[in-house]
Amino acid sequence: MAPDAPLLAVEDLKVHFAVEGRRYRAVDGVSFAVDRGRTLGVVGESGCGKSVTSLAIMRLVSQPPGIYAGGRIVFGGTDLLALPEGRMRALRGGRIGMIFQEPMTSLNPVYTCGDQIVESLRVHSGLSRRAARARAVELLDLVRLPSPAKRADDYPHQLSGGQRQRVMIALALANSPDLLIADEPTTALDVTIQAQILELMKDLQERTGTAILLITHDLGVVAETCDEIVVMYAGTIVERAPTQALFADPQHPYTIGLMAAVPRIDVEAERLATIEGSVPPPWAELRGCRFAGRCPLADERCRREPPPLRPLATGHDVACWYAPIERRAA
Amino acid sequence: MIETVANRLLLSIPVLFGVLILGFALVTLAPGDPARVMAGPAAPPEVVAQIRDRMGLDDPVVVQFLRYLGRVAEGDLGRSLISNRTVTAELGAAIVPTVELMVACLVWSIPLGIAMGTLAAVWRGSIVDRIIMTISVAGVSLPIFFICLVLIQVVGVQWRLLPFIGRGGPLWTVEGLRHIALPALSLGLIFIGPVARMTRSSVLEVLRLDHVRTARAKGLSERRVILRHGLRNALIPVVTLIGLQAGYLLGGAVVTETIFSYPGIGRLAVGAILSSDFPLAQGAILVLALAFILINLIVDVLYALLDPRVQRR
Ligand SMILES: Nc1ncnc2c1ncn2[C@@H]1O[C@H](COP(=O)(O)OP(=O)(O)O)[C@@H](O)[C@H]1O
Ligand SMILES: [Mg+2]
Repeated sequence: MAPDAPLLAVEDLKVHFAVEGRRYRAVDGVSFAVDRGRTLGVVGESGCGKSVTSLAIMRLVSQPPGIYAGGRIVFGGTDLLALPEGRMRALRGGRIGMIFQEPMTSLNPVYTCGDQIVESLRVHSGLSRRAARARAVELLDLVRLPSPAKRADDYPHQLSGGQRQRVMIALALANSPDLLIADEPTTALDVTIQAQILELMKDLQERTGTAILLITHDLGVVAETCDEIVVMYAGTIVERAPTQALFADPQHPYTIGLMAAVPRIDVEAERLATIEGSVPPPWAELRGCRFAGRCPLADERCRREPPPLRPLATGHDVACWYAPIERRAA
Repeated sequence: MIETVANRLLLSIPVLFGVLILGFALVTLAPGDPARVMAGPAAPPEVVAQIRDRMGLDDPVVVQFLRYLGRVAEGDLGRSLISNRTVTAELGAAIVPTVELMVACLVWSIPLGIAMGTLAAVWRGSIVDRIIMTISVAGVSLPIFFICLVLIQVVGVQWRLLPFIGRGGPLWTVEGLRHIALPALSLGLIFIGPVARMTRSSVLEVLRLDHVRTARAKGLSERRVILRHGLRNALIPVVTLIGLQAGYLLGGAVVTETIFSYPGIGRLAVGAILSSDFPLAQGAILVLALAFILINLIVDVLYALLDPRVQRR
């Protein structure tokens, strides 16, 4: 592995679902890379394939109905899709940790928070019960739960949503992963708690050097936390850019529309203030651009030929025939 | 935990009272005259009248009931009209065999039912699943007496493998085990079906939950995921079901004991009722009701042990 190779490189990933004889193209040719210690944001409306992408990296898409229909997921130089199950299992919760959207239900209600962290520690590192327990308390302290030794003996239902998400973070970080996948980690939380959790993740990243793949439907969340952002639409990537560049100069009509939905954005997005229409159903056989049905700029060519993801400026890639789009500053 | 038990015990008091009324009413309202039974069919009417008087059978019902309550409170359940031994002695002798039968039945049927249900859930839709579910449905829909008779006919009479009459001694002796095998098998067979089906649906439901995805994301083996994060949680409704089936189990024990001439409470109750041995019938019903309450108490404790959300409430 070259020293400058990214920690994680998803290359043309395709994950489909075969349901009742139909093929749902939930993820259809997605590529991005996460460098060591960096944060990549993946944004897009609900249903665009973000969770499926993240589960695919953990190789936890259930088969059937899921099908890994193509592409590679290269992590630390090896293609995860080609890895034997035993070695993949060692990576899950080991070098790759994951946090989920639903803190209320993501922990097992019948075990204490401490025991659930201990289980992960012992499976991966073979620590003694006592050492694992001490480490679990340390981790709960790391995620800033007050009186961590007591919290370790609490059952999940005795904690609030924010506290449970902290436990989830402790669990995901238990074995010092190189990559932390956070799938909508703050969506289910109150706004103030959201900010605390994001701050905690940033802070832990600085201390542990873990890379983060932050998945969210909320542009406000990625703006403050990510180095680079990927915008997904209907199973594909429509735009990819460093955070600064994306917010300063969004290029895809879909991105522009998304930003119009976020207050405090200083670009006037012509006629896209709300994105009309809805995401095409994933089984639709679309020949052209998937956004064409909702795009004010769409023409014959857009409906006929899918626009490739092509570089505009350094690091700013867009899948739109019309890019670069001329816009007036507000 | 202690609170759970105390609450449940308090709740059992009205149940127990109801059972006492019921047992008393059954005997008082039933056809047949206890005095006549005691005196024997050939006794002259004056003797019968004398006995009626001595037993207070001509007093108002309420007085009879209060008197009955008073005696029960003192642990005096009367004497059997047939054997003239005390009812407590008769019941005492029958309780151990029945408890043995329950243990011998549950000790294999519940683990097997849970294992079958789990396998069926894990291999959902496979041939294994279909076979297991077919067996379960058969177990539920066949009446217990039919299972008993088939087992007696095949295993007992044709193959001559196991005895099918009476009790051979305590459970830990070879003869005891050989004698209890067929009754315990029959009684267990009706239990496997519900347990297996409940386990299957419960495991399937739990395996879809978010915390199971977390368990997989921790890198646990599939076996560990299914047993520790699937089955462990799925047991909670299964235990509830077992509690609900307790009455079914006791009813089944009555039938099984009778068919196999097994000297337990169930056969005692049936015999007492058939021979109009009222004090003994009352006592047996009381014991069966107590057993029902006790099983439910055990289930509640298990439930609280299995589900920390209950425990801390
Ligand atoms: N197990 C599954 N079976 C069938 N379809 C699925 C399954 N999981 C996800 N999908 C479909 O894949 C698409 C993407 O879902 P998802 O990745 O969860 O979206 P989101 O971006 O909101 O996380 C959706 O259309 C969803 O219906
Ligand atoms: Mg999602």
